[in-house]
Amino acid sequence: MTAGLRIGVITFPGTLDDVDAARAVRRAGGEPVALWHDDADLHGVDAVVVPGGFSYGDYLRAGAIAARSPVMGPVVEAGRAGMPVLGICNGFQILCEAGLLPGALVRNQGLRFVCREVGLRVEADTAWTSSFTVGQELRVPLKSGEGRYVADAATLDELEGEGRVVFRYSEPAPNGALRDIAGVSSADGRVVGLMPHPEHAIDDLTGPSTDGLGLFTSVLAQLATA
Amino acid sequence: MIVDVLPKAEILDPQGQAVARAMGRLGVSGVADVRQGKHFELEVDDTVDDAELERIAGTLLANPVIEEWVVRRVSS
Repeated sequence: MTAGLRIGVITFPGTLDDVDAARAVRRAGGEPVALWHDDADLHGVDAVVVPGGFSYGDYLRAGAIAARSPVMGPVVEAGRAGMPVLGICNGFQILCEAGLLPGALVRNQGLRFVCREVGLRVEADTAWTSSFTVGQELRVPLKSGEGRYVADAATLDELEGEGRVVFRYSEPAPNGALRDIAGVSSADGRVVGLMPHPEHAIDDLTGPSTDGLGLFTSVLAQLATA
Repeated sequence: MIVDVLPKAEILDPQGQAVARAMGRLGVSGVADVRQGKHFELEVDDTVDDAELERIAGTLLANPVIEEWVVRRVSS
């Protein structure tokens, strides 16, 4: 049973996609719990989604100020201890800035904001992808100006060697991401970040597919069997 | 104190490249490369030692994954 499982969705000043993320949690059968950037604790949630949009004007670097906000202290602590955490778009940038995930997201190679649906290949079995099969392709929207994933070659080799490249663009990365990487995970596969937006792909009416829902059903299934 | 932050040499800097191309349109020649970064001016008192300045630069002002930085003390 996934009912009663509570997934926190953080809202920072400038967050846009918290409502869709909460809706995706509810659609998948969980209970979304609103978390505020200034919160000192996680209200007893079982997992956390750090949604997209912007945060604190993205001053300094995208996600840099948010990564040092009060709520991120407990998120980092819980994530390191194995709580499932998902960072989407600006949330991915925040998790990298907070040190929960390796690498960084920089300005798109073409300098243009990219807003379109993309193909994503699932490449790893993690807390957030267990309902997919490795190799499965998803269609989800991408909308970001600083979505180019970078890390040094040794880190990229390590991520690939340890099966921590969770999502890869199944087409040449529209933002110039190194090795076409769209999403990565922590060593234990519990913390995942990706640039595209699965929470916008849960309805045939408004999304390119309903593939995105699988991330949320995955984590609920993982939590239910834990 | 002054902190200058630049993208690491191995990180593609498309903004710097766009600036370099614009120079060509101005008729400027001889500029091989442009890297665009950030310049911070901080007013700090004498209680802030060099190690603390380095910590400020390396953990907040710059992201060591993608950027390098130089810290300089200047008297006002």
